[in-house]
Amino acid sequence: MKVTDKIKEVGVEIYNSILKKKQPELSSPIRSLSNVKYDTKNGFFELTGKMKLRTLTAATIKTFAQTLRMMNLSKELIEKDDIATKREAYYVSKNWGDARFKEQPESDSVMDDVEAMLEVNREQIGFIPEEKGGDVAGQLIVVDKDPDTGKEIKIDCTKMGTGAYSIPSSVEHLKFETNAKFILAIETAGMFQRLVKHNYWRKSNAILISMGGVPTRACRRFIRRMSDELNLPVYVFTDGDPYGFLNIYRTLKVGSGNAAHINKYFCVPQAKFIGVTPQDIVDYKLPTHPLKDVDIKRVKDGVKNDPFVHAHKEWQKALKQMVAMKVRAEQQAFAAHDLNYVIDTYLPEKLKDSKKWLP
Amino acid sequence: MTQTTLNGEAQKPPKQSKAEEMALKQREISVAAFFEKNRHLLGFDNPRKALLTTVKEAVDNSLDACEEAEILPEIIVEMIELSENKYRIIIEDNGPGIVKAQIPKIFAKLLYGSKFHKLSQSRGQQGIGISASVMYAQLTTGKPAKIVSKTGPKTQAHLYELHIDTETNKPEIVRDEVKEWNKDSGTRIEIDLEGTYIKGNQSVDEYLKQTAIVNPHVTLIYTNPKAEQIIFPRATEVVPVPAKEIKPHPYGVELGVFIRMLKYTESRTLQSFLTSEFSRVGAGTAKEICQHAALLPNTKPAAVSREMAESLMKGIKKTKIIAPPSDCISPIGEVNLEKGLRKEINAEFYTTITRPPAVYRGNPFVIEVGIAYGGEQPCDKQVKLLRYANRVPLLYQQGAGAVAKSTAVTNWRPYGLQQSGRNLPVGPLTVVVHIASVWVPFTSESKEAIAHYSEIMKEIRLAIQECGRKLGSYVNKKKRVGAELKKRSYIEKYIPHVGDALKDLLELKPEASENIQTLLKEILEEQRGKVATVGVVDNPDYDENFANIGKEDKEEKPEGEENESN
Repeated sequence: MKVTDKIKEVGVEIYNSILKKKQPELSSPIRSLSNVKYDTKNGFFELTGKMKLRTLTAATIKTFAQTLRMMNLSKELIEKDDIATKREAYYVSKNWGDARFKEQPESDSVMDDVEAMLEVNREQIGFIPEEKGGDVAGQLIVVDKDPDTGKEIKIDCTKMGTGAYSIPSSVEHLKFETNAKFILAIETAGMFQRLVKHNYWRKSNAILISMGGVPTRACRRFIRRMSDELNLPVYVFTDGDPYGFLNIYRTLKVGSGNAAHINKYFCVPQAKFIGVTPQDIVDYKLPTHPLKDVDIKRVKDGVKNDPFVHAHKEWQKALKQMVAMKVRAEQQAFAAHDLNYVIDTYLPEKLKDSKKWLP
Repeated sequence: MTQTTLNGEAQKPPKQSKAEEMALKQREISVAAFFEKNRHLLGFDNPRKALLTTVKEAVDNSLDACEEAEILPEIIVEMIELSENKYRIIIEDNGPGIVKAQIPKIFAKLLYGSKFHKLSQSRGQQGIGISASVMYAQLTTGKPAKIVSKTGPKTQAHLYELHIDTETNKPEIVRDEVKEWNKDSGTRIEIDLEGTYIKGNQSVDEYLKQTAIVNPHVTLIYTNPKAEQIIFPRATEVVPVPAKEIKPHPYGVELGVFIRMLKYTESRTLQSFLTSEFSRVGAGTAKEICQHAALLPNTKPAAVSREMAESLMKGIKKTKIIAPPSDCISPIGEVNLEKGLRKEINAEFYTTITRPPAVYRGNPFVIEVGIAYGGEQPCDKQVKLLRYANRVPLLYQQGAGAVAKSTAVTNWRPYGLQQSGRNLPVGPLTVVVHIASVWVPFTSESKEAIAHYSEIMKEIRLAIQECGRKLGSYVNKKKRVGAELKKRSYIEKYIPHVGDALKDLLELKPEASENIQTLLKEILEEQRGKVATVGVVDNPDYDENFANIGKEDKEEKPEGEENESN
C-alpha cells in the first residue's frame, strides 16, 4: 500500500468515528525499551505491541491534533515529491496556532509517532534528519547516482586521501564493491583519523567507519546492507564505558527502543564488540577515569531493563566487572603506551582473539 | 525629715493620728460617682463611642420592652447635630410604655432595672445602660434627659426631664407634666450629649444595620446627622417567641448569691427551698444534695450558717443534676440568619447552623454561626467577623473575647482558607457568631466581648467546624469544577485544529471542518457530562444600598484640595 493511502486510511477511520459520534482515537506504539523484546533468533529489538492512545482528553488532545497536522504535512510532502528536514517540519508547525510545537524535540517525537503508527521509515513519509550518516574510508567502492542525470557514479573510498566518504541520509539505492575482509565501526572521529592517517585499512584490508557517537539510522542501514551484500563481518570499537556499550554498540547491533518499528532494517545483528572491554582495561593497564554517578545509573538501568543485556550473560558479567572496578577507559587511552600502540598491538591482538570479544 | 524644714511648722505636734486623718477622707462612693470617673467601663471612652453606646442602650431597651409585650417593634432613631460635637439623640418606640412612677428611676438611677434579677434572654442585663447615657449627657452638656411615655390609648402621656444626683445616685426631677401624645403607647427619650459622628465599622449606622440583620421582625427608621433617612423595613411579621424566665440552675449559683437566696426565701425547709428556688431540682435531687452536704432536708433555711451553705454548695457539685431547660432561649434561627447574611454580603456560598442548647455555669445558651464565602469579598484580607449577643451586634473589641479566640483557634486550612498560626484566617469570608443566653457573660460592663468560658468556646468551635466542613466541600467542589472547566476549555482549544487537519487530510469541503468541530464538541459534552455551576454569585436577596450603610464615604475629597489647584 502506498504511504499516502495509509495516511488517508487513518484519517478516514477518525472521520468515520466522529460522524458516528464516537470518540475518535489515534493509537501508536509506545516507543521505549519497555515495549521491546529481543528477538534472539533474528537479532534485533521487536515491538511487543503496547500502544498509546491519543483522543479527546486534556492530556492527549494537543498531540492528537498535532499528529493529524503532521500526517497532513507528510501527505503534502509525498504528493509534491518534496522533503523536509526535522527542523523544517518544526518550523512549518509555527503556522498551526495553538497546535504549534514549542521546541523541536516535541515535533521530532510526533514525527516518530507517525512513523511508528504507519510502520514506515521517516524518509518514506518525507522527512529527513539533519545529522550526517557517518564517515567511511577503506577498501570500498560505493555506487551512487547523480541526483540530476541518474547516471551511476562510483566513489572509491581508498581515494579520499586523509579525508573520508560521508554516508548520505538515505542509503537504499547504493551498491557496493569491495575486496575487504571486515568492517570496523569506530566510536570517535579522533581514533578514525589516526587509523586513516596511518593507512590502517590498507594494512588490515578493512573498511573503516566513524560513527561519531550513537550511529544514525543511515549509518546503521549502510553497515547492515554492506555487511549483508558483501558478506563481511562487522567489528565495533568504542570507548570502554557504559555509553559505548549500551547506547552505541547496542543500538548498532539490535536497534533502539525509540524506533523499534524499523529496527528490523536498521540493525546489524552480526556486529561483534571487540573493545574496549572492562577486561581490556586490566589486560592493557589502561589509564582510567572514575565512573560517574550517571554511568553507574546507566549500567544498573541496563542490567535491569535492557532486553539485550538480559539475553547475554557475557554482557552482564562485563557490566558488573566495570561497576566493581569503578572506572572507565577511552579508546585513545592506548596512547599512554605509544601513539600507534592501538594500530601495532591492540587491534591486531584483539581481532585475532575472538574469545575476548563480547557478543 | 521634719527637722530639715525651715519655718518650723513641722514641729507642731499632730493633733490627730495618721489613721484618723485618713479616716476622715474615707467615705462611701456613690455608684454614680464611681461610673462618672470610670465612664470607659460603660462604653463612653471616646466621643464617637458615646453616640453609639447611647443609641444602642436605648434601642436595646425598646426592643426588649416590645418583645416582652409581644408587640412588633417600630423604632425611630434620630440624631441631630446641635453644634460642633454636640448631638441630640432621639429614640422613640411603640412599646408598652412605662408607668409614671418608674420613669425617673429607670432613666436616672444606675443599677436599677428588671433584667438583672431574672434569668431570661434579653438584650439589657444590668440596669446601667440608659441611665449611664443620661449621666454622660448631663456631664458633657449639662442638659437633662427628656422622656415621654404612654402606657395605653386611653391614658395620658407623661413627660419628664431628669438629672441624676451623682452623689446619691437618685433621680432629680427637673420637669414633670402631662402631655398630649398622638400614639397608642410607647416611650421616647431625647438626650443632648457630646459626641462625634463618623461612618464606618463602629458607627451608629453599622450598628443599626447589623441590628436589622439579626432582628428581621423590627422596623427601624433612622435619620443620621446628615439628615439622610434610612428605613430598615421588617422582613417578617412574626414576633420572636418571648423568652421565658427560668430559675437559676444549682450549678451556676455562687456562694454569695446562694446565701442571699437562703436569707430571703419563703420556704420553710431546705428541701422545699431547693425545689422551689432552682430549676431541675425535685424532691429526690434535693434530698441527695442535703445528703451530700450532711444536712437534714428539713433544716430551716434561715438557720443555715455560712459554713453549712458552703457544704451545700459542695453537695450540689457532687450531685448529678440534669441540664437547665433550654426552651427559654430564642435563637435567630438558621433561615433568618442566612436571610440577613444574604442581604448584607454578596457571596457565592452561605451556610448557617444553630447549635443545640448547651450550659455554662448553670446558664443555658445557644450558639449560632453563619458564614458567607466568596463573591465580592477580598481574598487577601482577614475574614470579617460579625458578633452578636442576644441579637445585639458587638462592634468594639473585634479581636477580643471568646468569639475571636474560638475563630482563631479553629484550623481553617482544611476548609480552603489561609491561616498562619493561631490567627484569624485570611480569605473571602464573613463569619457571623450569635450567642443567645439567659445571661451573656461579657468581659466588661460596656458589653463588647464575651468572656472565655470553655463551654462557650467549645460550642462556638463546634458550630464553626460544622459550617467549615460544608464550606470545605463547597470549596473542593469549586476546585474540581474549576479544574474540569479548565480541562474542557483546553480540549476545546484544539478541536478546530482537529477539524482543519482532517479536512485537509481527507480533502473535504471547507464546511466539513465546522461540522467536525460541532460533532467533537457534542462528543466531548456527552463524554464528560454536564458541569455543575459553582462560584457564580446569584443572590437576589443582596441589597447593595443596604450593604453600603455604615461604610465610610470614600468620594469625599480632602479639604484644601481645591485651593491648591488655584
